[in-house]
Amino acid sequence: MTPDDVVSELWSGMTLGIGGWGSRRKPMTLVRALAKSDITDLHVVSYGGPDVGILCALGKVRKLTFGFVSLDSIPLEPHFRIARQTGTLPEIVELDEGMFQLGLRAAAWGLDFLPTRAGLGSDVLKHAPHIQTITSPYSGQALVAMPALKLDAALVHMNRADARGVGQFLGPDPYFDDWFCMAADKAYVSAESLELDADACIHSRILHRGMVSGVVHAPGGAWFTECPPDYERDEDLQARYAATAKDPDAWAAFVQEL
Amino acid sequence: MATRGDICAVAIAETFRGDGAIMASAMGPMPKIGARLAQATFEPDLMMTDGIATMIDGDGEVEAWMPFSKVFDTLWNAKRHVMMGASQIDRFGNQNISCLGDHAKPKVQLLGSRGAPGNTICHPTSYWVGRHTARVFVPSVDMVSGIGTNNGAYEIRRVITNLGVFDFETESGTMRVRSLHPGVTFEEAQEATGFAIERPDGAIPVSREPTDAELTVLERWDPGAAIRGRIA
Repeated sequence: MTPDDVVSELWSGMTLGIGGWGSRRKPMTLVRALAKSDITDLHVVSYGGPDVGILCALGKVRKLTFGFVSLDSIPLEPHFRIARQTGTLPEIVELDEGMFQLGLRAAAWGLDFLPTRAGLGSDVLKHAPHIQTITSPYSGQALVAMPALKLDAALVHMNRADARGVGQFLGPDPYFDDWFCMAADKAYVSAESLELDADACIHSRILHRGMVSGVVHAPGGAWFTECPPDYERDEDLQARYAATAKDPDAWAAFVQEL
Repeated sequence: MATRGDICAVAIAETFRGDGAIMASAMGPMPKIGARLAQATFEPDLMMTDGIATMIDGDGEVEAWMPFSKVFDTLWNAKRHVMMGASQIDRFGNQNISCLGDHAKPKVQLLGSRGAPGNTICHPTSYWVGRHTARVFVPSVDMVSGIGTNNGAYEIRRVITNLGVFDFETESGTMRVRSLHPGVTFEEAQEATGFAIERPDGAIPVSREPTDAELTVLERWDPGAAIRGRIA
């Protein structure tokens, strides 16, 4: 598939999961194709980085489910901050990072929810009143019933894949990309190369054909976010991206480059 | 003569005393130096990552794999002590790293709650605040990200600041001065705090200074005191 082929299978109003973590191995080629499309009104579910910032700045996000949004080396994501502080992001669900992961797992396993202590006593529950607590039938302990984060589609980026849908990460951390794929009706994987690394440990092959609907060959597909061992983060480009939050002309120029 | 930064690094290290073979997750440069000091001296079993996904032992050798999914497993398994930062802390140790102002349309959007809710309910938590002011230590936080002693925290062990060491070992679970760094008065700490700090019975202890051996370790992890030197 091409990035535009993937976008042609997405639609306005959908719930879209985006893999990676902060400014790490984000599927930015796919996000850029989405950014250039007329798709809008999205519910984005992400351990957020520039994917969230760009889509928010373009006014495409109706609702954001997140545990954090950060560019890592630049701790606060400036476009996300503007969206929040000016009220242009209509709805958010702010979660504990662990609750977020359990939401993906619940969706993947076909459960309505998974129980956890994470979130109890915090204002995460106050600001997300749809999240219920339950009482353990065994101990009587109160627990958060983290609802499933069911995704219409997921976008993830791998170091390697094959055309059939086997996905391979070669970096330090798989993040939760496999769970994003399993929580989604359709999962689209971009990869630096469509040739699997036969020498890498078998544990690196975290996506299988049953989890993946389409594969895109996208060298440099994490764009300025890091994708080790293929490349590190482009800090200069990330800094330029961050600076566009204070300069509408620079932002307009940046959008032209997407 | 030990600097304020040295004193703070030792105080941070002391929060991990007795922890044994658990994961010390130190968020930020000063907590990392302090935790490495503890690991290199009196708490050799502590486990730490390189800040990415690899556990690195006290000799700098690769020890084990710790991707984020295993971080959650470890923290839900309670084999962890985190030292986080805080944009706001109240007298019960409730912490905010999410946003300032109204959550629906914040004046200042920060990180989001990250792992703070789960950390604080599952295992010991400490905080590092490099600049102790009444803007950080507030009567009530705008959003409870990390939960305090009145909201079911597992254990808020210490708050280390540039002025002193604080704990919550009072009947009401409110913040108490445990020691003040050399040269700091109670009045000074109270002035920089937006709520009444509790006092221990008797004289307030003075935070201890590093030993020569500890200074050598600090120099290894923070050459030229590049990081410690910023603490005033």
